[in-house]
Amino acid sequence: MGDESPNIGTLTGAIQVRFPQRVMATHRFRGQETVLVKREGLLELARFLKDEPPMRFDFLMDLTCVDYLTFGISPSSAPALATPSPLPYYMKPKPVQETWDRFVSHDACRFEVVYHFYSSTHRHRLRVKVPLSSADPVVDSLTGLWAAANWFEREVWDLFGIRFAGHPDLKRILMYESFQGHPLRKDYPVRKRQPLIGPLN
Amino acid sequence: MGSTIDVAKLNWMTTRLDEALGWARKFSIFQYPFVTACCGMEYMAVAASHYDVDRFGAGFPRFSPRQADVLFVVGTISHKIAPVLKRIYDQMTEPKWVVAFGVCTCTGGFYDNYATVMGIDTIIPVDVYIPGCPPRPENVLDGLIKLQEKIAHGAKVALPASPSSRPPELQAPHRPETHL
Amino acid sequence: MSDEWSIKTSAQEHGLATRHSLLATETRHMFLNVGPSHPAMHGIVQIVVELDGERVLNASVEIGYLHRAFEKESERGPYNNVIPYTDRLNYVSPLINNFGYCLAVERLLDIEATERCQYIRVIMSELSRITDHLTCVGASAMELGAFTVFLYMIKAREWLWELIESVTGARLTISYGRVGGVKADLPQGFAERTRRALEDVRRVLLECDGLLTRNRIFMDRMQGTGRISKERAINYSMTGPFLRATGVALDVRKANPYFVYDRLSFDVPTGEHGDNYDRYLVRMEEMEQSMRIIEQALTRIPSGPVNVDHEGNVLPAGVMVDEAKMGRVAGFKQARVRLDPTLEGSTRGYHDAVNAPERRAVLPAKEDTYGNIEGLMSHFKLIMVGHGIRPPQGEYYSAVEGANGELGFYVVSDGSDRPYRVRVRPPCFTIMAALPELLVGDMMADIVPTFGSVNMIGGELDR
Repeated sequence: MGDESPNIGTLTGAIQVRFPQRVMATHRFRGQETVLVKREGLLELARFLKDEPPMRFDFLMDLTCVDYLTFGISPSSAPALATPSPLPYYMKPKPVQETWDRFVSHDACRFEVVYHFYSSTHRHRLRVKVPLSSADPVVDSLTGLWAAANWFEREVWDLFGIRFAGHPDLKRILMYESFQGHPLRKDYPVRKRQPLIGPLN
Repeated sequence: MGSTIDVAKLNWMTTRLDEALGWARKFSIFQYPFVTACCGMEYMAVAASHYDVDRFGAGFPRFSPRQADVLFVVGTISHKIAPVLKRIYDQMTEPKWVVAFGVCTCTGGFYDNYATVMGIDTIIPVDVYIPGCPPRPENVLDGLIKLQEKIAHGAKVALPASPSSRPPELQAPHRPETHL
Repeated sequence: MSDEWSIKTSAQEHGLATRHSLLATETRHMFLNVGPSHPAMHGIVQIVVELDGERVLNASVEIGYLHRAFEKESERGPYNNVIPYTDRLNYVSPLINNFGYCLAVERLLDIEATERCQYIRVIMSELSRITDHLTCVGASAMELGAFTVFLYMIKAREWLWELIESVTGARLTISYGRVGGVKADLPQGFAERTRRALEDVRRVLLECDGLLTRNRIFMDRMQGTGRISKERAINYSMTGPFLRATGVALDVRKANPYFVYDRLSFDVPTGEHGDNYDRYLVRMEEMEQSMRIIEQALTRIPSGPVNVDHEGNVLPAGVMVDEAKMGRVAGFKQARVRLDPTLEGSTRGYHDAVNAPERRAVLPAKEDTYGNIEGLMSHFKLIMVGHGIRPPQGEYYSAVEGANGELGFYVVSDGSDRPYRVRVRPPCFTIMAALPELLVGDMMADIVPTFGSVNMIGGELDR
């Protein structure tokens, strides 16, 4: 992705031109633009997105995280075919214009913090992803820019164990304080319960 | 010699008293709706005029456990809320009954994961289970009538199964207990 | 809770604690715990408020009591298994959740629902929006003492639920959406019944409007309470009626149209003060606009090959299978099968009208499943574990206008038959995050209308 010459007309192109050192990759999938950015550049990029007139992303619509620990090797599903299965006779192949890349290998980045920005003036959306390693899952907090980030980041900390540097009050939000572990991580068993009060019997 | 107490007569009297109390109680249910989730929508439908739970003398919710005698647990109970539920149950005065409203409270439903309690009967005793996700208001009223019977007769009487209203060809065939 | 309680009294903050304690007229701030089990808390939220007299100085909100692990559960099963869970996110308007999720998966697969299906989705979404607003306005009016309004509005909701039940088979947890289509076509006479029901609902709304809108008590309690400015609302990423009450005309249906909303004319009502009263007015007007949308959609919906009668060549499914085993399959392609009521979801008569022509995602018509080998295989390929709907590796964020605001579904696929990650962007989550700011400065009694206007739905907030 990086070797393509950035297209200034697109959002991602403009960001790539502005932050050549910080942007790891960009892609467009199903009409949605994505920027992968190094965590050092997140705050700078977010400020740029919020204030720059052609961007003007005034909404932090969503903030979440994806744990890529078992991506593509999910034991519960049927083994992925080495090549895509041939299309049935009744389907016309669609022209492939867009690609989607994981970009970074599993070891280097287990988590990706995903930000969805929305601009109410330009009515466009942008997805920004910050890859993080499992050894050091820390990223800068956006609470200084958007008040909405406060609870979103608490939720990501609660369910994924990502720490947000600079967050004013990073504590659990959906689970209780005595809960051990982070339940939405792929290695947390679905049924591992930690009851606060014991069963009656 | 003195007078002897007619024990049989006394038994008769206490039995009649119990019956009278039970009869009075069953039509003056003061319920505490512990509404947490989706079932609350159907609870609202039951409480409102269309289905009108007031016909059964249970139309007056009390939001203080001290004043309530039937605890309606409506909706999924997570591990985070479980201590609260237990505490509210403990605060209610005797005699008290518990209705598990909806399948999440009965068994946990299809939320079988780290966050949910698999049935509130693992925490507090339950008198009437109303399954359904959520139960239809008719189903709730059916459960309420069962509860009234239970209140009237104490726990001594096993409840008869209510006759099915489905046409015979749609009723499930009788099956002996099978080992799953 | 007390040890986690982080709000200091302002006396401590200003270092006045010692001086205060010496004064005879010592005033202390009171901490009041509201919830988690409290009649005004709509389910389960805990608010701890710090009070000076009756004035709220500080508030802290604790959520998560209804965390049911939607996102973890949806990683466990195939794509279609998520749909029942989405019903229970915002259980006051489950249809919108259904369609929001289906839209995300459809875009991942790069398929488009048929036109008739899109109209059906619009109609059902708007019905759901009306029920949601009815519940929200009715419940918050009840909490202010207007019990009559609550009863009227629940009555109106009951009529709409009857309509929804006639289409989906359920009142509340409907599971009506499917990836690539909907479960069933609209039943016979639906348009007529809908128009009649909407007339009734309009009458109820008129009555409630008369009871509430110019009611002095209601106005006094709603006007000027729970105020938030436009800038703060955007900073909190609020959407939906809450944002529109501050004067920002942002509606996903207009801004980034999906389904066929761009072909229907409707207005986006806005307020100007951003207080409880404006939110009430916005919701009331939105119901009217939703009815407008439904009425337009009902006249414009393309007919499509809808044929649900079972006259003529009727054959029970079981008999058909038996016949096919004997090799007597001649004419089966045309034969209609009498299906179980539970299977009537996709019969050949209207299958193509409401489902996308996409066999990677849409189950074949039941006649085909029972009648010919291609249909059976196609069915198997979608039902068998490890096969099913398999979008390519990728991700998509779909946004639809939920009753509370932008409802986003972010789905990541790893190419297998189950979603790798499903994230839902709950609209009332961001509003709840702003709740302390909304409450501070108001009176204790204003918590009730403010919290009521948030329309906090536990399933959506805590997932």
